[in-house]
Amino acid sequence: MVDTAALAPAIRRANSKALEILLQGDPVLIDVVPAKDLIPELKEHTILHAGPPIEWDRMCGPMRGAVAGVAVFEGWARDLDEAGVQASKGCFDFHPNHHFSAVGPMTGLTTCSQPLLVVENRAAGNRAYCTVNEGLGKVMRFGGNDESVRDRLAWIRDSLGPALGSALQCCGGIPLRPLVARGLTMGDEMHQRNVACSSLLLRELAPALASAVADHSDLSEMLAFMGSNDQFFLNIAMAMGKSIMDPVRNIEQSTVVTAMTRNGTDFGIRISGLGDEWFTAPVEMPAGLYFPGFSAADANPDMGDSTIVETIGLGGFAMAAAPAVAGFVGAGSVAEAAGITARMREITLGEHPEWTIVSENYQGVPTGIDIRLVVETGIVPTINTGIAHREPGIGQVGAGVVKAPMACFEKALRALGERLGIS
Amino acid sequence: MVSDENDSPAIGRVCAELLQSRPRVINVGLAVFAIDLDAQDVDVVHVDWRPPAGGDEDLARLLSMLAD
Repeated sequence: MVDTAALAPAIRRANSKALEILLQGDPVLIDVVPAKDLIPELKEHTILHAGPPIEWDRMCGPMRGAVAGVAVFEGWARDLDEAGVQASKGCFDFHPNHHFSAVGPMTGLTTCSQPLLVVENRAAGNRAYCTVNEGLGKVMRFGGNDESVRDRLAWIRDSLGPALGSALQCCGGIPLRPLVARGLTMGDEMHQRNVACSSLLLRELAPALASAVADHSDLSEMLAFMGSNDQFFLNIAMAMGKSIMDPVRNIEQSTVVTAMTRNGTDFGIRISGLGDEWFTAPVEMPAGLYFPGFSAADANPDMGDSTIVETIGLGGFAMAAAPAVAGFVGAGSVAEAAGITARMREITLGEHPEWTIVSENYQGVPTGIDIRLVVETGIVPTINTGIAHREPGIGQVGAGVVKAPMACFEKALRALGERLGIS
Repeated sequence: MVSDENDSPAIGRVCAELLQSRPRVINVGLAVFAIDLDAQDVDVVHVDWRPPAGGDEDLARLLSMLAD
């Protein structure tokens, strides 16, 4: 017989522990290392992707486009057509990034030769990884796969990645907790606006990069690439988020969300008390603004591991800190941006002590999503996101806001009830 | 519950006051009622409330056992 009176206090204690681990997270960007050296399982023909598990036959257009592109990039196929045939014949092993301490934006493909950012959570001792941001427009994370895309990836692999690794080793790593705190006060929310954090990072990294790169022309190219990419910090924020949330996993009876992610077909969440089980539902379509020449008819459904930043209380949860992005993603007025953050406070257990919002009298960003609060209130997480073209090979067409599907949270709650013997 | 005859005069006074004064309304749930009253210059406070779990009885029962 289940003692139902004891359940709520036990959940409260479990969630208190989860929130404590989350808030103590101390992420430091320490290195950039080839993926095969970090993830031993990442062999030839193995592809990690964004979102919960998915196979080729259910992948959306841009995910398929990126798979074809990365297969050519890795030298597994001579051209995109051959790569597509190989994929349809089951020549590639697909796994979620999340199963290997990694995350990736949009299509999120990770393969053996790509350099990965390494973030170490010094409070818990774990590490998490993410690819280096490729820039905007036609890029692999949005399904781009032509020669220009692959050439850029090769340059990141051969030049930028090793140089960033050397620079980070030289400077002893960059603590991210204070950098993000500062970025929030400068108008970033770390999902669709990373202007401040990218600039702050470049300012800290440039001297070490100058020491690490002997050729002035190469150095100039790297600084220009990073300096012209407002979203360069996004991938670092994602690895940071993963490093913070992974230690929150597997706390018995906790109802705290430890991951939210999408693969362009399914949206998946994990909760602490149910380990590594995925609870999925069909992804929703973002509502947003489109680049000239594109419209909602071109848009692919929601995609990417980048929702890990919302999972830690940034992105849509910190919308009030970033009024400039509210217009960019079509979220409405500044007041409406503040309203989104206020609603997220209704489904979270706490506030970050250092990541604060100036316009809210330095109140911390809401963090620690509780599935009980989501189901009870009917308020689902709001996510800021880029929008990919639904066809392979085209790339980004806009940016917007999307909701997490309620069905994921309802499934997780029912599963927790079963685990606790009260369903 | 009106069971004590001694309460009747007091309740009667409250009812009379209600009927003779301008209504002041607390609206719970659907906002449209509050909007209509406000348009008629009635004092109204809206409470944004909805049934737990969107009215799903199974989930609401589950929540009642798991929630603080």
